[in-house]
Amino acid sequence: MSNTQLKKTALNEVHRKQGGKMVDFGGWDMPVQYPAGTIAEHMAIRTGVGMFDVSHMGEIEIKGPQALALVQHLTSNDASKLADFQIQYSGLMTPNGCFVDDILVHRFAADHYFLCVNASNSDKDFDWIKSNSAGFDAQVTNVSANYSQLAIQGPRAVKVMQRLIDVDLSAIQYYWFTTGHVDGVPAIIARTGYTGEDGIEIYFDPAESERIWNKILEAGQPEGLIPCGLASRNTLRLEAKMALYGHEIDDTTTALEADLGWICKLGKGEFIGRDRLVEQKEKGLTRKLVGFEVLDKGIARDGYPVFIGDQEVGHVTSGSPAPYLKKNIGLAYLPIEHAAVGTKFEIDVRGRRLAAEVVPTPFYKRSRQ
Amino acid sequence: MASYPDNLHYTKDHEWIRVEGDTGTIGITDFAQEQLGDVVHVDLPRVGETLEAHAHFGEIESVKTFSELFTPVSGEVLEINEALNDSPELVNSEPYGGGWMIKIKLSDAGEVDSLLNASEYEDFVESQKED
Repeated sequence: MSNTQLKKTALNEVHRKQGGKMVDFGGWDMPVQYPAGTIAEHMAIRTGVGMFDVSHMGEIEIKGPQALALVQHLTSNDASKLADFQIQYSGLMTPNGCFVDDILVHRFAADHYFLCVNASNSDKDFDWIKSNSAGFDAQVTNVSANYSQLAIQGPRAVKVMQRLIDVDLSAIQYYWFTTGHVDGVPAIIARTGYTGEDGIEIYFDPAESERIWNKILEAGQPEGLIPCGLASRNTLRLEAKMALYGHEIDDTTTALEADLGWICKLGKGEFIGRDRLVEQKEKGLTRKLVGFEVLDKGIARDGYPVFIGDQEVGHVTSGSPAPYLKKNIGLAYLPIEHAAVGTKFEIDVRGRRLAAEVVPTPFYKRSRQ
Repeated sequence: MASYPDNLHYTKDHEWIRVEGDTGTIGITDFAQEQLGDVVHVDLPRVGETLEAHAHFGEIESVKTFSELFTPVSGEVLEINEALNDSPELVNSEPYGGGWMIKIKLSDAGEVDSLLNASEYEDFVESQKED
């Protein structure tokens, strides 16, 4: 196969050996599914546990006396609220209040932050951060090559990982992290994920990838842990209405339009994009991201045109069957006057107009203990 | 590895047909179902419809994508696989068995000769993979 130009994670050969179906995923050669199939993988994570290789994700470190000030300048959420070892979902914004990327900010200390960024954006993000860090006493380093990242997700994830991890995972709340060892290998251990379930994400030396991957498969066997591909990661995040860069958000969508006002702390002080977001908030939105359910029989997929009456008003940003909910769902931007829950509209599915309805989101919310 | 039984005829659109007398049973190949991933819906024609060779006869939707279905040869639809309404996953688990889609009465048995045999189809699939 002519995939020599694709980037590979340290687990590439393991995925091939274990039956992962490999595809070009934003320039990375990644497993889209494993032999169990997307629906089984999705259900394993909703009801048990599954594991993804997400080593394609990027990591950027910001260190120095003014690390916090720089993070505050670059991101829309209020990083000053973070305690050591706490994590925050945030946006790297353009001056227009749109997304350079959506990221996770991990605070080790006031002078040490660790950002987890999207794979296809990591070089762009690094350049963006570098070019906007002049005058700050802080060092920015792209450390993506130093880490493999695995996401072990599902209600049984903590139970499985506790067998291999030397710190008490029950003491780590959702969106907090710690450092410790996974089967003896030093790791950053975070209680995060992109599935709408409880879960653990670990960052560790890529040289240990195959051994740790297989160790987790073995440790998870009693709970039915299976390896999962990126197709199920997509259906899981969609049911939980988590945004995907390049779909719901990009450098033409503002955080407010994307229904991510909760990560825009306009009162925290200056940050890139703040003025535009303040202005948009005052003027009011003209469009907004909504969740919908397809009422007719049929599946609305990414890119399909959306209509109010005869007028095309946008397109589906993500659309798919929802394996757990057993409905056909999706996300789309609608004019603000048509964005209320209960509003009916139409989607052009390959020449057929199907009825859809704006519904409350997230489509799926796990019950918390 | 995908399998391609010797007793079937194949098309470059990844359908197969099994001919018994003047009846042909049609489905999609193991390779096709692997490419699609989990099938969630199959849209089939009505019994009694007449189909031209290589005509569009339906659609198949998986979690990830969709694909059009084309008849290998011409004929009249005798039967559709109703089981796929409730169990579309049969297309994945038994592409040459319980996952069949339609049965047609062949209008010209000679058309079958122009289709690929198993080894020709396998070569075609391999050549596609190399692209």
